[in-house]
Amino acid sequence: MRHSIRLTLAFLLASCFFCSAAPSLGQATDWNQIQAPPLRAFHPPVPVRIQLSNGMVIFLMEDHELPLVQGIAEIRGASRDEPAEKAGLVQILGMAWRTGGTKDKTGDQLDDYLEARAAKVETFAGTDFLTVNWDCLKENLDEVLPVFIDVLEHPELREDKIALAKNQINTNIARRNDNPFNIAFREASKLVYGADAPYGRVAEYATVAAVTRDDLLSWHQRYVHPNNMILGVVGDFEAKAMESKLRAAFESWPKGPIAPKFQHSYKGPKPGIYQVQKDDVTASTVQMVDLGTSRDNPDYFALEVFNEFFGGSFSSRLFSNIRSKKGLAYAVGGGVGAEYDHPGVVRLFMGTKSNTTAAAIDAFNEELDALKTNPCTPEELAKAKGAILNSFVFRFDSHEKVLRERMIYELYGYPQDFLERYRAGIEKVTQTDVARVAQKYVHKNQLAILVVGKPAEFDRPLSSFGPVTNVDISIPPPGGQRK
Amino acid sequence: MRKKRSIMLTLILILGSSARLAKSQDLASFEKRVTVKTLGNGLTVLVCERPEAPVFSFFTHVDVGSDREVPGITGLAHMFEHIAFKGTEKIGTSNYGEEKIALQKVEEAYHAYDWERRKEVDRDDKKVSALEKNWKDAMAAAQKYVVENQFGQIVEQAGGQGLNAFTDNEETGYHYSFPSNQVELWAYLESERFLHPVLREFYKERDVVHEERRLGESNPFGRLLEQFLAAAYVAHPYGQPVVGWPSDLESFSETDAENFYRTYYVPANMVVTVVGDVKASEILPLLEKYFGRLPAGPKPQPLRTVEPPQTSERTVILREASQPVFIEGYHKPGARDKDNAVYEALQDLMSNGRTSRLYRSLVRDKKIAANSGGFNGFPGDKYPNMFVFFAISTPGHTPDETRDAIHADIERVKKEDISDEELRMIRTRAKADLLRRLGDNQGLAFQMGTAQSLYGDWRELFREADKIEKVSKADIRRVANATFVDSNRTIGMIESTQLAKAPAAGKEGPQ
Repeated sequence: MRHSIRLTLAFLLASCFFCSAAPSLGQATDWNQIQAPPLRAFHPPVPVRIQLSNGMVIFLMEDHELPLVQGIAEIRGASRDEPAEKAGLVQILGMAWRTGGTKDKTGDQLDDYLEARAAKVETFAGTDFLTVNWDCLKENLDEVLPVFIDVLEHPELREDKIALAKNQINTNIARRNDNPFNIAFREASKLVYGADAPYGRVAEYATVAAVTRDDLLSWHQRYVHPNNMILGVVGDFEAKAMESKLRAAFESWPKGPIAPKFQHSYKGPKPGIYQVQKDDVTASTVQMVDLGTSRDNPDYFALEVFNEFFGGSFSSRLFSNIRSKKGLAYAVGGGVGAEYDHPGVVRLFMGTKSNTTAAAIDAFNEELDALKTNPCTPEELAKAKGAILNSFVFRFDSHEKVLRERMIYELYGYPQDFLERYRAGIEKVTQTDVARVAQKYVHKNQLAILVVGKPAEFDRPLSSFGPVTNVDISIPPPGGQRK
Repeated sequence: MRKKRSIMLTLILILGSSARLAKSQDLASFEKRVTVKTLGNGLTVLVCERPEAPVFSFFTHVDVGSDREVPGITGLAHMFEHIAFKGTEKIGTSNYGEEKIALQKVEEAYHAYDWERRKEVDRDDKKVSALEKNWKDAMAAAQKYVVENQFGQIVEQAGGQGLNAFTDNEETGYHYSFPSNQVELWAYLESERFLHPVLREFYKERDVVHEERRLGESNPFGRLLEQFLAAAYVAHPYGQPVVGWPSDLESFSETDAENFYRTYYVPANMVVTVVGDVKASEILPLLEKYFGRLPAGPKPQPLRTVEPPQTSERTVILREASQPVFIEGYHKPGARDKDNAVYEALQDLMSNGRTSRLYRSLVRDKKIAANSGGFNGFPGDKYPNMFVFFAISTPGHTPDETRDAIHADIERVKKEDISDEELRMIRTRAKADLLRRLGDNQGLAFQMGTAQSLYGDWRELFREADKIEKVSKADIRRVANATFVDSNRTIGMIESTQLAKAPAAGKEGPQ
């Protein structure tokens, strides 16, 4: 045994000759004997930012590791902006925009052309943005970029692909009650934001049927303007050459009206117990939810630290106490959600067997009470800040991540150095800050408690926590009720 | 500003100019960045230098999954994977000396309780309760020494990202990423974890795993897959659920897990892959120093059981309130078979994107499915496995309709050669897909480690596209005809007891 250690040491000393930063000599027998050297200086790549005369903002990020080029256009005007009676409109657009082809080519023709080059041009619908992107080998850039431009500017939205998109969305509607986890997230969002409000509402057969090709075309006309989008390009190209290609393509594109800033005021959920009965499960899904906050809130940094130690990691309180100590759950977590330009969701979530459903709610309540008496220990603060700051480098460890980060800041009007501000903000967080935000944003009595499960097998009826509201999740049948 | 520029310049110098890089994606130039070494104890270590950013990822691959489980211990490989987060003799305990004694008492108490409660004859229920109480008291006594989740805490506090692990039907993998200044801490933690694991909190974690099983059961597709595999395999352990059967999750012991670990967690059965901002010359000595401590042991014998040829069609039907799903599988050779690339080509033809056969037929033209595809290598790769087709029907359409449509496409690929365009597309995409998989530390570590374990050579990752390049039209017909045979088929479906009505099709607007 000793002999082999000596041999290892000899080998180590010999190899250290080649080392720039010598690892600590000898073999650590304990983890806390190991001192990490400082992380080598690293300045993340910075994209080139260009603004065309029509207002279009373009970020160019050279990355020569692999012979690939990707472009991403993010466009304001997405599902949160659609009328409630046509919920699903933007989702249909996200599918049919690309599959419905352009003026000159059908979607099927584009499929054949692109796939023969192992390239993609795709469109997606989000809650906040529409996305059009491309991904191709460097050698095919001049064949694929024109397709991207054509799709972006001249969608034809042929009827057959609109019908196909509706068919797919209707499939999702028909299946949305098959998985209890999905039910819980959907119904929790409805409680927090409101069943008819942006982020809460969902598409129904009737709202999907109400969407016409004209709706989609006018959505495109209304939102897809150079001054209403950000284009990011990353990959194996020379920025100067790419800039002239993109200027040639987009400079003459006329300006349009800018999408209004998203505004909606939310009241938050009505506190209480909500039950979704689902009899074909052996486990319950529990969520306790409230309205959260946004990232431009000065409390955001303290909340990030709070989330890390409370419910966001392997060593968090919720994970340790409910999963590891009590063995109550496999999936458990939570925290105060913060979005860029609207409130996120305060959420505690857990899956637990039917006959520990009440015990699970008790366990959450215990943790919420503990926040009052013991909001954050010095050790928890140190661990949480350490975890966030030491892993900070992973926020910009690839060219694509940096590019996307910059695009997001530009889109939501955040400062371009928000990441640096984030780091500085986290460093300043104190134990008092965390205790304060815990009291300010997590209120046991304001939470809506939602359970999806089989009530006959619960350890205690939910009524033992207060009056129960039964949530009807049955799917309104197609066409039926409207006359 | 100047500083940033100079670092960019340095990076460019390190990486080479883009002109030279155009050819740096081939195997020969990739090889220069990769070092493979077998340590004295039999452990294979792989290092791939990728200094894009000061971070690295690793993947510890253990060549065992639920494939080595037998009735009574199903779910044990996955259970051990959970326990490998519980710490060591130095991590996760306030006093290991005393904890060790307490844990022995837990084990003795558990065996006494388990023996009595599982008696079919002469079981004394009072005795069962008393023994159960003994066991629970012993667990409470051992719990006093536990420092909860300290392993994860050390990793996370040092900046670790994506700490996790997985178990499947044939392998177990552990992975996370660290800033590159934490190489030594990583080497210590990852080796210590398998050198001195302490299987503490075993029975509570068994409950967590049972919760994980329930999570799968809550999903109708999860319920279907379990029944489908149980029907498709009569002999080979691919038919068993990775998570284990409920009775085993309520019975197997810490001793069982320890025996499993001693047999299969031997260095000769493991591959450790590190990818990122590391230099082989610097990290190899550390790997020797820390991982060299793992005691050598005999490589486990290969699994004996081979699934016998299927001679009769099998069908499982779940009649449920949830919406219809169709799946069918055909037995075929494992990933190491010479025809694997042909099956890969078939998968691309049938499933890859909107030009694929099944998309165009079931989704676009017949409009009976929202999604349909055919995949090679289910539920695993290592052993003879299945080529699986599936379809998710659109509202109002039954699994029978999707089955008939899939069969029509299978017949077509058996009878007609695929087109020149299709063959070219398959080849082009294979090459491009390889490139797209190389730009990520964790993904590279995972794929290289898996290839090293499966084929004994990480280079197979790069050879896949070359093999697909050689696949001919005749190969595809030959393999399709040999595989897609009625008697070699297992069907699984969910038939809905509340089939959704189809909304009126077409382009109606608001009335």
